[in-house]
Amino acid sequence: MSECVNFHFDIDGDNFTSAGEASVRIKKHLRDMGFSPETIRRVSVAMYEGEINMVIHADGGSADVNVYVDRIEIILADSGPGISNIELAMQEGYSTAPDNIRSLGFGAGMGLPNMKRYTDSMKIESEVGKGTTIYMTVNV
Amino acid sequence: MTVKQLADSLSLKVICMPDGDREVTGGYAGDLLSWVMGRANSGDAWITIMSNVNIVAVATLADPSCIVLSEGVGIDAEVLEKAKSVGVNILGSDEDTFALCARIAAVL
Ligand SMILES: Nc1ncnc2c1ncn2[C@@H]1O[C@H](COP(=O)(O)OP(=O)(O)OP(=O)(O)O)[C@@H](O)[C@H]1O
Ligand SMILES: [Mg+2]
Repeated sequence: MSECVNFHFDIDGDNFTSAGEASVRIKKHLRDMGFSPETIRRVSVAMYEGEINMVIHADGGSADVNVYVDRIEIILADSGPGISNIELAMQEGYSTAPDNIRSLGFGAGMGLPNMKRYTDSMKIESEVGKGTTIYMTVNV
Repeated sequence: MTVKQLADSLSLKVICMPDGDREVTGGYAGDLLSWVMGRANSGDAWITIMSNVNIVAVATLADPSCIVLSEGVGIDAEVLEKAKSVGVNILGSDEDTFALCARIAAVL
């Protein structure tokens, strides 16, 4: 009953051109597996924001997507600088993105709020100097 | 109306149109990618001045019917190839974003 399909991706930290590719691939997998457009959109938007954050703020990391019959779990783990004040980081508009990244259209400080809004549960574990792991679940 | 009909009726530049029969169901204007990810609806025409490669991933995931570049913004060959390969429609116009949005809104 707890049958699970796992997809694992290593997210490259210095490749801005391919950033988002893991999320695009997950979107395709979920479509092939027959999930609704709404579920697919929620998972892929939340995952994209997390994936991009790992590229911009943490020099890459890994993404695991566990697909169950009744829910989809997304686990994003990095060994970046960590988030010192999670409550602040979760606020709409808060961003530490540098100017060169902002000029690409990132840095609105809306990524983490989007992840929260598009998922049914979200938990951030972070230690400064060690890294960040984000767990998200979308119920099907 | 479809993306092709939108392009025809407003004489927009067709930068690439791999899926011209896609229905345009609304519009969203914005250049900050996380706003677009969070707020644009599937099927919207997305009006923006952002032209770097990340717009293709955003379009793939947020699922607008097309990207419409305003202000005469062009795109690199690399971005064009990527958009074609994943089936993202990109139109363009020399108008500023406000004028372009007004014209698109009038025909939708
Ligand atoms: N994986 C991470 N590692 C370290 N810091 C992070 C990580 N993810 C987010 N942050 C911090 O949290 C802040 C807010 O993140 P959020 O995704 O909401 O906004 P942003 O990435 O700055 O801009 P946007 O997502 O709108 O393009 C970031 O600016 C950064 O300081
Ligand atoms: Mg972000």
